[in-house]
Amino acid sequence: MKKIATGNKAVAEAVKQVQPGVVAAYPITPQTEIVEQIAEFVSTGELRSRYIPVESEHSAMAACIGASITGIRTFTATSSHGLLYMHEMTNWAAGARLPIVMANVNRSIGPGWNIWAEHTDAMQERDTGWLQVYVSTVQEAYDTTLMAFRIAEHNEVLLPVMVNLDGFTLSHIMQPLDTVGIGDFIPAMYLPHAIDPANPAGYGGLTGPDQHFKFRWDIERSIRDSVKIIDTTEQDFSDRFGREYGFTEDYQCHDADVVVVSMGTLGKEAEVAVDMLRKEGIRAGSMRLRWFRPFPKLNLGGKEVVVIDRDYSFGFGGVLAKSIQAQQKTDVFSVIAGLGGQEVTYEDIADFIRTRRIGEEFWFGVNSHV
Amino acid sequence: MFEIRIHSRGGQGGVTAARLLALSAIYDGKYATACPFYGAERRGAPIVSFVRIDDNPIKIYSQIKQPDMVVVLDASVMDVVDVLQGLKKGGKVLINSTHEKKFAGFSSSHVDLTGIALRENLVVAGGPILNTPVLGALAKMGIISVDSAKKSIREMFSDERNVRAAEAAYREMIL
Repeated sequence: MKKIATGNKAVAEAVKQVQPGVVAAYPITPQTEIVEQIAEFVSTGELRSRYIPVESEHSAMAACIGASITGIRTFTATSSHGLLYMHEMTNWAAGARLPIVMANVNRSIGPGWNIWAEHTDAMQERDTGWLQVYVSTVQEAYDTTLMAFRIAEHNEVLLPVMVNLDGFTLSHIMQPLDTVGIGDFIPAMYLPHAIDPANPAGYGGLTGPDQHFKFRWDIERSIRDSVKIIDTTEQDFSDRFGREYGFTEDYQCHDADVVVVSMGTLGKEAEVAVDMLRKEGIRAGSMRLRWFRPFPKLNLGGKEVVVIDRDYSFGFGGVLAKSIQAQQKTDVFSVIAGLGGQEVTYEDIADFIRTRRIGEEFWFGVNSHV
Repeated sequence: MFEIRIHSRGGQGGVTAARLLALSAIYDGKYATACPFYGAERRGAPIVSFVRIDDNPIKIYSQIKQPDMVVVLDASVMDVVDVLQGLKKGGKVLINSTHEKKFAGFSSSHVDLTGIALRENLVVAGGPILNTPVLGALAKMGIISVDSAKKSIREMFSDERNVRAAEAAYREMIL
């Protein structure tokens, strides 16, 4: 059905179709519209979820954990400081192998107080055991939220999934949205280790040095297995609904001499930069990373690589650039751009590519480079 | 690609106007995006929203710097904002006004959206609603079709006065 929606509304639409048993959430700019819309769906009866309005994000994730461990499908949404406030509980959700789905509307971390797009919030959840995917359009936000439930709940995965969308740039833009009838695309949730409230049992007892590492390894084994599940889920989605996704979205990469790698909406803007450069005779390509955890094997061999990070790890570098350097065992041109909603146009991205200095780091808008 | 910048004041419905315009373009079979610029808005402060319309999917998220058209829902913002900034040579200007305003190098049109809204009693919180009547003017200018304009208004508002106001703007606008 042809309609127009914001990124936030698209996420809420997907949640309505998936019908989680419990939604526990706390509003925060620029995510508020997601939980407002879900609350409205619950109040009109379109979504038959138990909606738990909590007093904080820490409680939101705690409530999701409590619901999920009984085998109930669970959703929440947050952003920025809200995500950081959840941090203790996000670790717990992954460790307890709970397939919670969360939309995170990427926003910078204060101070200075800033409500605009940046990926640093999600990057600080990088090592928790959550799967992370970054979307770039309203349609992709909707489609990926649907797929996230099936991937999280798959019994070879059983890990939480975070769907990331850029604050305001995507959360508040209005674009065409084609909603689908999901049919049996997402099977009923089955949690093998679910607690039966009628027959209470304890969880989270002391796990000694002779056992703990096994649980850690089990998370890693499942995240490795998730590669196959993500693949088959995206394939089935494409067969049913006609829209193809993947670990990366590659644009004009096949014969490219230089490839710009980025995540989120900048990855779409980068395609326009590639078109510009191709007209100038520069064989450029764009690779937009969708899945960040598990981190995919990137096909960048033989190409010069420019990486745009909308995040930073102080004292080390752009997280994406350093990850790609480590995986590819090669130097890249690392661009730090778009922090706190900094305006980055396709012309700027074309400039990054034209003036690349492999092996160096460049902070866009700062008059010197490392 | 056709790029439009809408100037208004917080609370006047500029964001909804952008949304209605984009939806109308989609009903016309085109691709469109609408994005408000989010700053620290307050009711009454000058704000801008952007609409892009194209025959192909739109991949650009950055702000519009050189619009093809500027829509001014509240002429008083012109005292504090240069609404012509970046407007392409020969670009269109649509102003909510009772009288003609000329700008060298641009093609300007006007229509009294405020008068039309007041006549239809389209008033919310003491202010006239401008976002539905403006669609009639945009249809007259050929940016969107009349049918799509009406369809998008009906999609978002159940009150038929909104459609009547758009029809009035279509009739009364002088190109």
